[in-house]
Amino acid sequence: MIVAGVDVGSTATKAVLVDDNGRVVARALSDTGANVVRAAEKAFRMALAETGLEEWDVGYTVGTGYGRYKVPFGNAQITEISCHAKGAIALFPGTRTILDIGGQDTKAIRINELGEVLDFCMNDKCAAGTGRFLSAAADVMELPIDDIGPVSLRARKALKITNVCTVFVEAEIMNQLARGSSVEEILAGVHASIAGRSIGLMRRVGLEDEITFTGGVSRNRGMVAALEGRLERKLNLHTDAQFNGAIGAALFALERATHGHDGDPAGSAAAAGAGPAAGAAPSAGGAA
Amino acid sequence: MRLLAGVDVGTRVTKAVLLDEDGRVAAKACLPTGHDLAGAARKAVDRALATLPGNAAASYVASTGFGRYQVPFRDVQITEITCHARGAVALASGTRSVLDIGAMNARAIRVDERGRVRAFRMNDKCASGAGRFLERVAKGLEMELADIGPLSLRATSPQSISSICAVLAESEVINLVTQGHGVEDILAGTHESIAGRIAALLRQVGVERDVALTGGVTKNVGMVRALEQRLGLPVVVHPDAEYAGALGAALLALRRVTMLAARAQELRPRGPASQPCEKSAS
Repeated sequence: MIVAGVDVGSTATKAVLVDDNGRVVARALSDTGANVVRAAEKAFRMALAETGLEEWDVGYTVGTGYGRYKVPFGNAQITEISCHAKGAIALFPGTRTILDIGGQDTKAIRINELGEVLDFCMNDKCAAGTGRFLSAAADVMELPIDDIGPVSLRARKALKITNVCTVFVEAEIMNQLARGSSVEEILAGVHASIAGRSIGLMRRVGLEDEITFTGGVSRNRGMVAALEGRLERKLNLHTDAQFNGAIGAALFALERATHGHDGDPAGSAAAAGAGPAAGAAPSAGGAA
Repeated sequence: MRLLAGVDVGTRVTKAVLLDEDGRVAAKACLPTGHDLAGAARKAVDRALATLPGNAAASYVASTGFGRYQVPFRDVQITEITCHARGAVALASGTRSVLDIGAMNARAIRVDERGRVRAFRMNDKCASGAGRFLERVAKGLEMELADIGPLSLRATSPQSISSICAVLAESEVINLVTQGHGVEDILAGTHESIAGRIAALLRQVGVERDVALTGGVTKNVGMVRALEQRLGLPVVVHPDAEYAGALGAALLALRRVTMLAARAQELRPRGPASQPCEKSAS
């Protein structure tokens, strides 16, 4: 049987198809844009197209994503915090702390060996320390977003970035450029600033090894280096890390499809699905 | 004819105003700032000069705005607060409170009858009460910035926006659209929420009539209306309100040139001397 997980992020929507063994058989990524339901459908169809399967071949679909908002999609919706926990423990069973940096949400999640959420914390007031901070910097410098990580690694030192606000940082960078500061050093400073904020978020939930880094920003080598440098330890990285939430959603879908929704084992599955966000006491929000 | 220039390098738009020696506006120009701050300042002044006959040149240049230090041909740089205060009172003499709302910054300034700053407050940590918030919302709704103000006036039940962050607001409005709320109502809510933050800024310095609005956001009729409603007062919007900073800079340039000339006159019998710097209020 094939099940699906669709994670509607603030910037990108991810869909994965998973087989009975929990293996990812297809993945697709599309821009979220202004219509979240349409984005979810599009990514879902793209993943189907990759395998040649039809919609009715999919036994169960779980939708997730988008911070505080609920995306009505699939047979059930499960909070992204739970899905990220589920996905990360599947990718790296030793995971105890997850750092997920997406387009405009940064989350730190602490989990136990079963992948249950013990605590989480996210920026819900301000986009400081998220992917948007990086894309604002890339826009001002007129660099493709994929280049800024590698470019930042060429800096000998990181310039101190003083602004917290994603909007203000643009003006700060424009002024630095006009003053003749090097692009590499400015970018190293931008990465260092986000790394600092992310680590602060992780400390609030309790930083415990192993740390798995997920979300779109985990593909940025400059960000990985900035985090590893400050933490003085290695992070778990996976080529599917951007799909982590979708994978978690698909794994919940698999549990529900195999055990049924209302049966006894599914009772625990449902609790694991809907429970943690409500059960775990969320730490005070705000990445700043 | 001697000309004094004020150039206001804003985060979005660069404005230039030229004054003659009697303090009358001889020319003005504006253009998008872009990334080359010095180039934008040069071009704005050149464009204003090009509207005048002959080979007009500016004999003294005062720069202001976030890019004021990046204007290599400046004679002096002056903070935006000082310039907006001066410019707003020059545009409307009854002004005692100035609200300058630009792309990134919102400032509330209380001024005296000569346009001197008595008190000010600005958003310096977060862009929540600035034009960029509107830009982001327009982008989220896939609309033109110029259209959102007029459209917001057609709202029937304004939908309040809970996000303070300009970036997070963008996805909040997308979600409100998905939930089926009308664009007019979402826009009205957006304008109200910014108006609330700006009004709070003004209350901190003390509201004194007349309240004048300056900066790029004055072009947005929805924002003007929302502010009037929130303050319970009419606000003065001069057609040249976007130029208030540049005008203030040019007026301060004129004042400085006049003072320097007077001082040079005084000092002449004792021979040449270094000219002391006048500190601008900030």
